[in-house]
Amino acid sequence: MHKIILAKFLASNIKKFEIEAPKIAQKRKAGQFVIIRIKEGGERIPLTIADSDIEKGTVTIIVQGIGKTTMELNSLNTGDSILDVVGPLGKPSHIEKFGTAVSIGGGVGTAIAYPTAVALKQAGNETISIIGGRTKEFVILEDEMKKVCDEVYPTTDDGSYGYHGFVTQKLKDLIDSGKKIDFVLAIGPIPMMKAVADVTRPYGIQTFVSLNPVMVDGTGMCGGCRATVDNKTVFVCVDGPEFDAHKVDFETLARRNRTYVIFEKEAVDHFCNIDKEFQNGLNKNNPAFAG
Amino acid sequence: MGKLSNKERMKIPRQNMPEQEGEVRSHNFNEVNLGFTEELAVMEAERCIQCPKPTCVEGCPVGVKIGEFISLVTERKFVEAAAKIKEDNMLPAICGRVCPQEEQCEAKCVVGKKNEAVGIGRLERFVADYEREKLGLRKPELKTKTGKKVAIVGSGPAGLSCAADLIQMGHNVTVFEALHELGGVLVYGIPQFRLPKEIVKTEIDVLKELGVEFKPNAVIGFTDTLDELLQDGYDAAFIAVGAGLPYFLNIDGENLNGVYSSNEFLTRVNLMKAYKFPEFDTPVFNVKDKNVAVFGGGNTAMDAVRTSRRLGAKNAYIIYRRSEVELPARKEEVHHAKQEGIEFILLSNPTKFIGDKDGWLRGVEVQKMELGEPDASGRRRPIPIKDSEYVIDIDMAVIAIGNGSNPIIQKTTPDLNFNKWGNILINEETMETSKKGVFAGGDIVTGGATVILAMGAGRKAAKAIDNYLNVSVNVNWGDVCRC
Repeated sequence: MHKIILAKFLASNIKKFEIEAPKIAQKRKAGQFVIIRIKEGGERIPLTIADSDIEKGTVTIIVQGIGKTTMELNSLNTGDSILDVVGPLGKPSHIEKFGTAVSIGGGVGTAIAYPTAVALKQAGNETISIIGGRTKEFVILEDEMKKVCDEVYPTTDDGSYGYHGFVTQKLKDLIDSGKKIDFVLAIGPIPMMKAVADVTRPYGIQTFVSLNPVMVDGTGMCGGCRATVDNKTVFVCVDGPEFDAHKVDFETLARRNRTYVIFEKEAVDHFCNIDKEFQNGLNKNNPAFAG
Repeated sequence: MGKLSNKERMKIPRQNMPEQEGEVRSHNFNEVNLGFTEELAVMEAERCIQCPKPTCVEGCPVGVKIGEFISLVTERKFVEAAAKIKEDNMLPAICGRVCPQEEQCEAKCVVGKKNEAVGIGRLERFVADYEREKLGLRKPELKTKTGKKVAIVGSGPAGLSCAADLIQMGHNVTVFEALHELGGVLVYGIPQFRLPKEIVKTEIDVLKELGVEFKPNAVIGFTDTLDELLQDGYDAAFIAVGAGLPYFLNIDGENLNGVYSSNEFLTRVNLMKAYKFPEFDTPVFNVKDKNVAVFGGGNTAMDAVRTSRRLGAKNAYIIYRRSEVELPARKEEVHHAKQEGIEFILLSNPTKFIGDKDGWLRGVEVQKMELGEPDASGRRRPIPIKDSEYVIDIDMAVIAIGNGSNPIIQKTTPDLNFNKWGNILINEETMETSKKGVFAGGDIVTGGATVILAMGAGRKAAKAIDNYLNVSVNVNWGDVCRC
């Protein structure tokens, strides 16, 4: 059992947890993830490690409640426990002194971009971050990013805070302003990561993304997390999770992530009252629905 | 039954083991075989002619004293019979269920030359179950503690059998397991209807009672590296991580939604209990009234196709590129699959998967094959028949064509030697790897094989590790003397 030392909402459905896992806290590197299982009978889900505190022996994960397991996780509070925490898994982020490195986070993706931004700073890069959200509420970790970045640009889709527009527009503005950018890391919803890749491609800027497929074991045993990168099949859990954004087949990734959408609805129904927004977001074309 | 002559014994027909009816069991996950009754067991045991040179034992990878345990069954000394098996095999309830006896002990049975072989596996299963159900499992004697610590990586059949022996030899044993449940392939791979998980759990509970320490959720290589374990005070390590990297067909459309590796499909259903969704949280593709194809002809393929049937598949196919005689699965599994309505599409090789516009699997194109000359494996090589491609409508596919080696240990242990397939290289006599104090066995050494071979490797490694530790005890003693 892993005790939750701190649980705190950062936005209406985004919660930060510090969980006791001393060994993982000590070993984890930027970009790595844990697999957690809340309780007996629970699902195994991967979550990127946002931070760790070796002295306290905790790892930090930041979770958006979008499916049954993440919603259940977000219902837990300080003092509660999580049954299984496995890790650190996956390859650490590729860190070197690139020059100027831009870390882009979309919504909860900022939590995943943050540890890599820290590592990029430590490696001697000039660091910039662009952190986006639908509205002000979903722009998270701005203070943390400011500590490790030379420039931080919050953006919101509705203009309620910071730059009015998408993170990609801000990135394009930076490039067009003549800023020499050597490396971009983008983490967020699939359409956002794909859009960032499309922005940097013509400029030949090295760009990485962290993929978020469905996983079971997280150790390369099941192949459920396979994705197409550079026209080859990769296992995201052991070959990634970070890949060259210009080579990732985002359509396949998005499509495979829809495999269990119909089950998510049933699981959420089983768990609690239906979140209306979630229900509206379901893919009505899913043939599993017909079954 | 009085003393029988061999002639009389040869006249007794092989006793059938009661089983659930095909139609009934294809809708539930309960065990297919129900096991012998006492009367059936004694009758079957009477068929053994107690050969002076029991060739059956030669066929057993761990050398179980088959004649002796069967003789005890004829005397109705079932508990003693179980103890006799356990002198050589700590996990008889498991092996009695999943060993390919027809290729091992029973293939060498003298009775089998004229008649049907004695049902050794069924008898093994019966006595193991009898002991467990009637008495609970009994703890064997332990030797005096040596104070030595051994780390075992992997809690599958190789790791468990090695742990069982080492703890009895007096060593401290810790077993590390990457998943949250113990048992490796016995729990994530082999389905409930062939090997009930309760049996695996009971066997592991005995090891716990004997003092074996189990650490689940520990991915060696990530959570701790092998070197860290050795620095942490383990005097030796046994790597038994199995063959945990699924092979795919490498054909078009393999990443469509609805295409699974057998590892993923079986793990979702067996380990994560997706068949009880939403009571359990993990889902699996809903095959109810749909068509499922499983590619491959081994036991795992049979497990996957029979599982899909139980989940409600309308049509469940095995698609295999050779003919029925070459099917690597146990005959019993093939027979059971047929009884459950599984359709075998033989001499057919998949060439591409076909999806709809939303990326869901809709069909597979297969090419017909014919058999040519035998290949390196001794089986007749399948040769494609030109322009014979046709499409089979399917909604879910499971690829069950074998497993390679999981690379985590290899990537994180630089001074361990591997072959080009990622199998650990060992000295076959001593089970030692290129790294001092590190031994390896089971599928990570041999490539995908059977539970009993892995158990045999685990036992051989336990002896080798015991030798190694005893030698190192002497060395330490010498050091002390010099002070």
